Amino acid sequence: MSIKTLNSLIPGETAIVDQFTAELPLQSRLVEMGILPGVELRLVKKAPFNGPLEFKIRGYYILLRWKDAGQILVQG
Amino acid sequence: MELNCPVIALMGNPNSGKTAIFNVLTGLNQKVSNYPGITVEQRIGSAQLPDGLKTDILDFPGTYSLTPESMDEKIVARQVMKWMQGEEKPRAIISVVDADNLSRNLYLTTQLLDLDIPVIVALNMMDRVKRGNRDIDSSVLCEMLGADAVIPMSALEKWGVTELQNAVAHILTNDTKLNPNRLQLQISPEIENHLLPVTEFLKDNFGYENQLARVQALRLITRNSALDLYKEKNGFTAARFETLERIRREVADKMETAGLKHRILEASLRYQMLDSHLKDNNLAEVEEIKKVSRSERADEILTHKWLGPLIFIAILYGIFQSIFTMATVPMDWINTGVGYIGNYFAQTLPGGVLRDLLVEGVIAGVGAIIIFLPQILVLMFFMTLLEDTGYMARVAFMMDRLMNKIGLHGKSVLPLMSGYACAIPGIMATRTIDNWKERLVTILILPLISCSARLPVYTLMIGAFIPEKKVMGIFNLQGVTMVMMYFLGTVTALAIAAFISRFIKKKGISSFVMELPPYRIPLAKSVFRQLLIRGKLFIVNAGKIIMAISIVLWFLASFPKSEADASSLPIQESYAGKIGQAIEPVIAPLGFDWKIGVGLITSFAAREVMVSTLATLYNVEEEGEYVVGITEALKNDVNPVTGLPRYTPLVALSIMVFYVYAAQCMATFAIVRNETNTWKWPLIMILYMTGLAYAGSLLVYQGGLMLGFA
Repeated sequence: MSIKTLNSLIPGETAIVDQFTAELPLQSRLVEMGILPGVELRLVKKAPFNGPLEFKIRGYYILLRWKDAGQILVQG
Repeated sequence: MELNCPVIALMGNPNSGKTAIFNVLTGLNQKVSNYPGITVEQRIGSAQLPDGLKTDILDFPGTYSLTPESMDEKIVARQVMKWMQGEEKPRAIISVVDADNLSRNLYLTTQLLDLDIPVIVALNMMDRVKRGNRDIDSSVLCEMLGADAVIPMSALEKWGVTELQNAVAHILTNDTKLNPNRLQLQISPEIENHLLPVTEFLKDNFGYENQLARVQALRLITRNSALDLYKEKNGFTAARFETLERIRREVADKMETAGLKHRILEASLRYQMLDSHLKDNNLAEVEEIKKVSRSERADEILTHKWLGPLIFIAILYGIFQSIFTMATVPMDWINTGVGYIGNYFAQTLPGGVLRDLLVEGVIAGVGAIIIFLPQILVLMFFMTLLEDTGYMARVAFMMDRLMNKIGLHGKSVLPLMSGYACAIPGIMATRTIDNWKERLVTILILPLISCSARLPVYTLMIGAFIPEKKVMGIFNLQGVTMVMMYFLGTVTALAIAAFISRFIKKKGISSFVMELPPYRIPLAKSVFRQLLIRGKLFIVNAGKIIMAISIVLWFLASFPKSEADASSLPIQESYAGKIGQAIEPVIAPLGFDWKIGVGLITSFAAREVMVSTLATLYNVEEEGEYVVGITEALKNDVNPVTGLPRYTPLVALSIMVFYVYAAQCMATFAIVRNETNTWKWPLIMILYMTGLAYAGSLLVYQGGLMLGFA
């Protein structure tokens, strides 16, 4: 188990959300969508050139920007 | 809004099937799609219930939470604020839930359960749950939530609808009290103590009862958008707002020091409650995080690093080319039909002003436009398909990075793509873009995307002046020219976006959080319905605007008559001729003559009017017993001075480029004024587009002449 940023996962890798860094203004919306500490997710796909990332979490798929995903720490 | 009937509110997450339920309940034909957030405004429909009961259904934009993030979500939050005050309260809320994605959808439901309003849960998309060999015990869920009813259903397969209607009817007829066992958010004494100043303020100033005041206090400390809603409240003075703002900040600061993460507190507490209850009741989603869905497998190709964008471009090319190739046969039928009707009237009616008006004005004008119906339907068909399958959301995923580089957003893709049909729904669809600057830039460039109203102009010019031959063996030159026009508009739009976004100040943060819906096979009925609505709209428009303009134009082109013997003067001496000639010096450098000039003026109402204008002008000029085909008329028009054809392929190209860029649709500017709340942006739009159009045409025509094209 190690702590890393969400955007450093590789496609197919699963991890558990640990915490948000304080700079992420997005966090209020993300938790409302069920992305909160303790929840498991899987990186599905990365768009090229550091484009958005696709995750599977709770029974749905969500897109996040690479930069924003860098503000979310996960245990993987 | 004056409402006499009882009102039922329909609320739910984006893409939970709310609009589909609205349609089955009301029998209305609202647009259903597979793209989150397609309902961007509130709308109302009337529903028939069992036993002759009637109710109004209020459909809201989809939202994940009562704390708004974007404009469409704000519509919901504002209305809920009113309900908290006891204003315009609905008799019940139907909380639409995607059963396949239970916990996230129930988040909003638990927020609704805090309101003092009966809640019926429509457990939609049960067909998908059943297909996955799972089930959800609705009575256990109902018990757990303390909802007034939980109705398993599928709006798609149309079952469970009667049960939903019965549940609504039950609430309307029985004035029962609220379920006392509602699932309500429990707040620990520690947090409650922290919140107390805000809770007390809300109770004192708005008369909220205890639970409501507590959850509102919790919501207020999460972020500013919750607070901003109070700023707009009627009768809430600036001074009192400042007090609220101050108390809130103090509370938030104290919590911060105490190590309580106030920004995520409400959601954390709610999900803790929800997740543990779901687990205790055996309703929790089975952990399927590793399971690769069919959509995911399809995306291995469709959103592949480099295959994905290639496929997207190929799809676009295919669509624009097929507008030209697929629609020709039905267009010929309509053409023949219109000619037949015109000739019939021309030969059977007694000669005179009335016959001329009917044949040269109405039939020629409206007929010239109706011909384009098949093309518009072909375009709409493909666009609807892209959206309903869920492909458009994938395009947003692939394009976000590029879009962001030029000041736009991944979510700009759908509005821009809608722009190929019509700028107006495209501009409305920008409401899903959270960031104001990105939304504004999207709106400003949208009218540069070639809409279907340009189709008639492109088609006419291409059909008359671009030879029908193959290039490189496979491409049809006419089709390629058509694609080039679309390409020109799109590329320019993106370039302009990159340019103007440097001058617009950035407000707020830009983020991209979007749900990716699973691929779905579009319902034939829903696609067909869209085409029907679109076709109807087009014909009604042709019937109203174009007929009116054609009639006025016919008068302007036919009068004054000769004073000596009341016979017709040459058309150049008519009022229309005079007007056209007055602006001719300005447009002559573009290769346009006075007839095109008249068309440019009438086009300001709507672009396609150009075609009906030319049709009317030529028919008045010919004054024959037959309706003149406009393509032939354009080809045969000879400049009496030089004896050469008046229109050449170069002129046609110059006209098309002008139409790619020109600001010509009044309805668009009205909607931009509405969406931006100022005339500043529509004016900027008109100025830059007109400038582009003139410069573009000048470049094409003068450049072409220099290169030796006639």
